[in-house]
Amino acid sequence: MTVDNVPNVRTCITPLEENIRVLEQDRVGELSNKKKFNRKRKKIDVDIVIVGSGPAGMMAAITAAKQGVPSILLVDENHLIGGQLVKQSHKFFGSEEEKAGTRGIDLAVELMEQVNSVKTIQSMLKTTIIGCYNGKKNHKLIAIKRLIEGDQLIEINSKSVIFACGAMENMLAFPGNDLPGVYGAGGVQTLMNVYGVKPGKKVLMVGAGNVGLIVSYQLLQAGVNVDRVVEILPKIGGYNVHAAKLRRCGVPIYTSHSIKEVYGNGKVEGAILVAINNSFKPIPGTEQKVSCDTVCIAVGLTPSIRLLEQIGAKTEFIAEAGGHVAIHDSSMQTSVKGVYVAGDSSGIEEASTAMIEGQLAGISAATLLGYDKQADMLKKKYRKALEGFRSGPFGIKPKICKEKIACCWNGGINY
Amino acid sequence: MSDKVFICRCEDLTEEEIKQAIDEGYTTLEELKCKLRLGMGPCQGRGCLSLARRILCQKTDKTTEEITLPPSRPPVIPVSLGTLASDEK
Ligand SMILES: Cc1cc2nc3c(=O)[nH]c(=O)nc-3n(C[C@H](O)[C@H](O)[C@H](O)COP(=O)(O)OP(=O)(O)OC[C@H]3O[C@@H](n4cnc5c(N)ncnc54)[C@H](O)[C@@H]3O)c2cc1C
Ligand code: FES
Repeated sequence: MTVDNVPNVRTCITPLEENIRVLEQDRVGELSNKKKFNRKRKKIDVDIVIVGSGPAGMMAAITAAKQGVPSILLVDENHLIGGQLVKQSHKFFGSEEEKAGTRGIDLAVELMEQVNSVKTIQSMLKTTIIGCYNGKKNHKLIAIKRLIEGDQLIEINSKSVIFACGAMENMLAFPGNDLPGVYGAGGVQTLMNVYGVKPGKKVLMVGAGNVGLIVSYQLLQAGVNVDRVVEILPKIGGYNVHAAKLRRCGVPIYTSHSIKEVYGNGKVEGAILVAINNSFKPIPGTEQKVSCDTVCIAVGLTPSIRLLEQIGAKTEFIAEAGGHVAIHDSSMQTSVKGVYVAGDSSGIEEASTAMIEGQLAGISAATLLGYDKQADMLKKKYRKALEGFRSGPFGIKPKICKEKIACCWNGGINY
Repeated sequence: MSDKVFICRCEDLTEEEIKQAIDEGYTTLEELKCKLRLGMGPCQGRGCLSLARRILCQKTDKTTEEITLPPSRPPVIPVSLGTLASDEK
């Protein structure tokens, strides 16, 4: 999209302002004559830079600061601090210590206040890391900061880097998937819970994992009609409590069903569903029409690892992680010395475990720089907490994921 | 109504175009990228690479693990040359 004459803008993360002009753009955009860049490039030297201010990134920053690291930079491309937490208006599951029962948005504020109260942490929002280079002594990250006067280029030199960039939503391929009204679940959640905008009047939810179930319930809370939830697998993937809540509100959940196509004239007017057999093939003759104006896709996430690749971290495809991930040791260090990963970027999991992984990465990075106060004891504590989370019935997938990562780390990948 | 299935929205690539290129012998994501600009739009493949990978799996009888993703290169978002060429202070 083109925004205020600047082409190629990702409108999904650009806040709407008064008198802003948003235009559709067909492939190549045209740049206006107006100068839209800031001539002052900047250089910053820090001890630790953290990419992403979600639960993992914030905890990494707070933990490293507590260890005494003198200069920590927390960078996020969003204009809000908190990553996924800023749109999670529901109460969290998990243990007391990791803030179960707290709403994601409240947790974001709580952690943000902690981050802001520490003088050694500098947070930089509206700033995207666009490239990373692995140097002998320092790592170099190139960032673009969006300012009113135009974009500014920032060169960050850091002794250590923690990537906590979260994940990307998966999309689906079906006819009509480009019609306005087809959304990712995360996008719908942002619209409703961050900006207070309803995505439509009647929604078809695709995917009955926790995200699909929770967003469906939040749609109902916002007064939007949810026609049904369809799930290609023969069983509901999310927690029973979330599914039960929806069922009590009269929303049917169709397992072994998928979306065949979406139709409409210039926008979504309805969808055609189809039943799926045991080998995941559509069963002809079972098609049914559903009228709706919004189709919400909640079919999983893929870890964001592109920057990790650029810096040279070794990656592997691990199905349980949600895609390719950077392999790491039990201290969250990747194959590149001084480069760490935490949270969804190291395998899709939960906010609670993202926080603990962030703490581990923060301790490890601090230790590498010589700030090793009680490091071994703390690491042990965090590893134990992670183990605890992954030992329950819903921890099986992340447990396998992390076992495979450990296996890759140790050189063997014969599974 | 559109019966096209879009795989790469940024570069306007449909499932059909990708399948056709695979039939012509472009059987890796890197080759599809060179041939069709798959994953070279403003989002740099966020949306399309895993969808295209699925098509490749089906058409070439490979598993997801066997298909390598094209390497990631800077910049991951569009940046104007003016910004890249800016001076220090
Ligand atoms: C609907 C829904 C419900 C959920 N419910 C729960 C729950 O009840 N309990 C629970 O424990 N978990 C829950 N989760 C999962 C939880 O939200 C995530 O696992 C967690 O947020 C991951 O944290 P993170 O820090 O790894 O990444 P994120 O929170 O995704 O943060 C990553 C940040 O990195 C930034 N970033 C990425 N790339 C760049 C770049 N190049 N430059 C600068 N910044 C960048 C992004 O803008 C983002 O802010 C839920 C998730 C969803 C979608
Ligand atoms: S969807 Fe293919 S590059 Fe953006």
